[in-house]
Amino acid sequence: MELDKVVEQRLEQKGVSRRDFMKFCTFLSATMGLSSSFVPKVAEALASPKRVPVVWLAFAECTGCKESLIRTMYPWIDELVLDVISLDYSETLMAASGDAAEKALHDAVSKNQGKFICIVDGAVPTADNGIYGMIAGKTMLSVAKDICPKALATICVGSCSSYGGLPAAAPNPTGAKSVKDAVGISTVNIPGCPPNPINVVGTVVNYLLFGKLPDLDDKGRPLFAYAKTIHDQCPRRSHFENGEFVTSFESDEAKRGYCLYQVGCKGPETYNNCPTVKFNAGTSWPVQAGHPCIGCSEPGFWDKMSPFYKPL
Amino acid sequence: MAKKQRGQQPAAAPAPSGSQRVVIDPITRIEGHLRIEVEVANGKVTNAWSSATLFRGIEMMLKGRDPRDAYLFTQRACGVCTYVHGLASVRAVDNAIGITIPDNARLIRNLMMGAQFLHDHIVHFYHLHALDWVDIVSALKADPKKTADIANAKVPGAPATGASNFKAVQDRLKKLVDSGQLGIFTNGYWGHPAYKLPPEVNLLAAAHYLEALRQQARTARLHAIFGAKNPHIQSLVVGGVTCATDLTPDRIAEFKFLWKETMDFVNNVYIPDLKAVAGFYKDWGKIGGTTNFLAYGEFPQSAKEPDSLLMPRGAIFKRNLTQVQAVDVGQIEEHVKHSWYVGDQALHPSKGETNPKFVPLDVNDRYSWMKAPRYKGEPMEVGPLARVLVAYGKGHEGTKKEVDALLKELQVPPEALFSTLGRTAARALETKVIGEAMGDWLNQLVENVKKGDTKIYQDYQMPNECMGSGLNDVPRGALGHWVHIKDQKIGNFQMVVPSTWNLGPRCAQNKMGPVEESLVGTPVADPKRPVEVLRTVHSFDPCIACGVHVIDPETNEVYKFRVV
Repeated sequence: MELDKVVEQRLEQKGVSRRDFMKFCTFLSATMGLSSSFVPKVAEALASPKRVPVVWLAFAECTGCKESLIRTMYPWIDELVLDVISLDYSETLMAASGDAAEKALHDAVSKNQGKFICIVDGAVPTADNGIYGMIAGKTMLSVAKDICPKALATICVGSCSSYGGLPAAAPNPTGAKSVKDAVGISTVNIPGCPPNPINVVGTVVNYLLFGKLPDLDDKGRPLFAYAKTIHDQCPRRSHFENGEFVTSFESDEAKRGYCLYQVGCKGPETYNNCPTVKFNAGTSWPVQAGHPCIGCSEPGFWDKMSPFYKPL
Repeated sequence: MAKKQRGQQPAAAPAPSGSQRVVIDPITRIEGHLRIEVEVANGKVTNAWSSATLFRGIEMMLKGRDPRDAYLFTQRACGVCTYVHGLASVRAVDNAIGITIPDNARLIRNLMMGAQFLHDHIVHFYHLHALDWVDIVSALKADPKKTADIANAKVPGAPATGASNFKAVQDRLKKLVDSGQLGIFTNGYWGHPAYKLPPEVNLLAAAHYLEALRQQARTARLHAIFGAKNPHIQSLVVGGVTCATDLTPDRIAEFKFLWKETMDFVNNVYIPDLKAVAGFYKDWGKIGGTTNFLAYGEFPQSAKEPDSLLMPRGAIFKRNLTQVQAVDVGQIEEHVKHSWYVGDQALHPSKGETNPKFVPLDVNDRYSWMKAPRYKGEPMEVGPLARVLVAYGKGHEGTKKEVDALLKELQVPPEALFSTLGRTAARALETKVIGEAMGDWLNQLVENVKKGDTKIYQDYQMPNECMGSGLNDVPRGALGHWVHIKDQKIGNFQMVVPSTWNLGPRCAQNKMGPVEESLVGTPVADPKRPVEVLRTVHSFDPCIACGVHVIDPETNEVYKFRVV
């Protein structure tokens, strides 16, 4: 059909220039590892008039993952939540509170059983029957067991819902677990602390585009974002090869942007696309800011990757 | 009204006759998990209880770890007020080791803290608070031309003030409503009689809600320039900052451009919007006030603290602005009588004991994972209003000018500051004061770099044993981190955070916490749709995840959980 016209019309309504939009679609297609022939299809998926229902559950979390998503600039968050998806439950953004919020959740789930996407941030406290985390008088554990299995798919945004994350760091006082382990379902995991919003958007677009979720690695991570190590994509890699290392943050080597391996960089053991997509619309990423990678998208990184300034 | 009986968490004892209990759980548009219960009689709140319903135990995880790692953990206390716990932690460890950080590191840390205030307060006003005052559905009835007239009169400096722009926003909302998929606007208390804005002003606010969603993403880039990313920056280290390759003219210029763009938004949109909306809600200048205020102060302008702080340190009792007292942190105690911990002794944080003990929620007994901090035995409100009142009382010029101008413009007396409206207004005014100071810090950074001073890190030796603390004032209020380093590892770590001060439960003397106190007297037109309660709760900008903490700095023992 006249895709161009539809897209143009919708873009006009949204006050987005077509050029900007196509630039984003190209960027997103590249992030997702698609050829340029997919760019118009990505555009169509984003501009589709039907909005996929999304329920966002927040468990033992810090809200950083939701904050991260609202930093998306292509598309802007208002476009994502008003035009691309229907965010039917999100404790951070929704107008309703209390009973009205609860009703929104249960209506969204019952009306769209098996058709909605469930996004989860935060780990699930399981110790002592889950009493360390409650929403509306119910344990997070029971909410997760009730809602997640009814979804078309559960996407875990951030390292906490993906692998347990911070609440599960030793001694794991609340018995925090990943959604997969707490509920016993398979999940799509988009780890990071927080993850880059482009990878969340990319996963959702993948679904809108192909009607299925992206290909995953053995840790549940989309291959389009997590197939290579930070180290293999690092712009400072040549310094590593040349034996040029930062040994103190005060040094000339630090000012020259040498390799951070010897001050503890976990890039060689961390799979993510930070060096290529960067954060906050390509502004920077930890190694660019002179700080070692802490491996925040790897399972159990708070214990396995620390002390963070100790070389691997 | 029947008690709410849900899962394992029973409701409170039955309300006295003629009154009813209202439970709001979850409170949304906050950070974390919060339950509020109020008793309503004759259309007003007569009693209130605030419960934090998530416990993570971050400080327990810090025990035995490398002190340099602490900030990466504690920053995850909160992803909304990201950065602030990270900064508090490196300051505490710097202080313990005895490091004086280089001037540039102080400036960059201040600039990132300033950026956090700008970002946080904009998001709070538009995305966490506005829907308590703005009826999105009413905006559909607006005449976009009239909205344009109002915009040109009240917020002339805002972008896109033309009727066609407002029409486009209205069409977009209409489409959303017509689609039957209201998404984030589902089940709001639309049409509630407490909403007072005319449709045209609702449309104006809706347009700026959307505009601010984009502005906050741009403003967050301020963090990424020197901090790698936002949320959860990654360029702090004990001894300074790491962004050695970002002290370039183009990077600093990028920061300056984004800062200026944000300040334009604050001056031309945020503050005029606040005034425009406040004009319709002046009665909220008499609702939602508290009694005592505490500010640690923030933004060191030199290595000297607290003298050099931009926002001063001080305590105010009984609303007496003429007597701002010095702060003695030795006078802080934490109570657990109504919290889910063993015992009922009030102890100074450095002697605190924490043995979690969950019992089913009972507002007459124990009802929160938060402890109840008290200063000189009193509950203290912390946050923007406390900071602004302390600065005002101490005669801080920039703050006084802004406050007096606003009171005059709204034609309300200074007493109106002690209210829900005052709290929300204070947040906007300090955004401007702090934002303006950022311009000076940026200029100082430029001057230093121009002179060839690019030092951003001070090397140090980690002592075997030392103790330190950092007192900070962050968007939600007074924040203290205490660290005890032993054998070059974290022996103990303690955080006393803003939302514990504001949202904690009753103390051993059964004195209400500030939010509980503020809710008493709040009108409730319809107990089934308690939007008025949300207004006051949201005016504190609750942040619950960071409010719940556990440590025992005294015994160096890993806690045994005795959960019954």
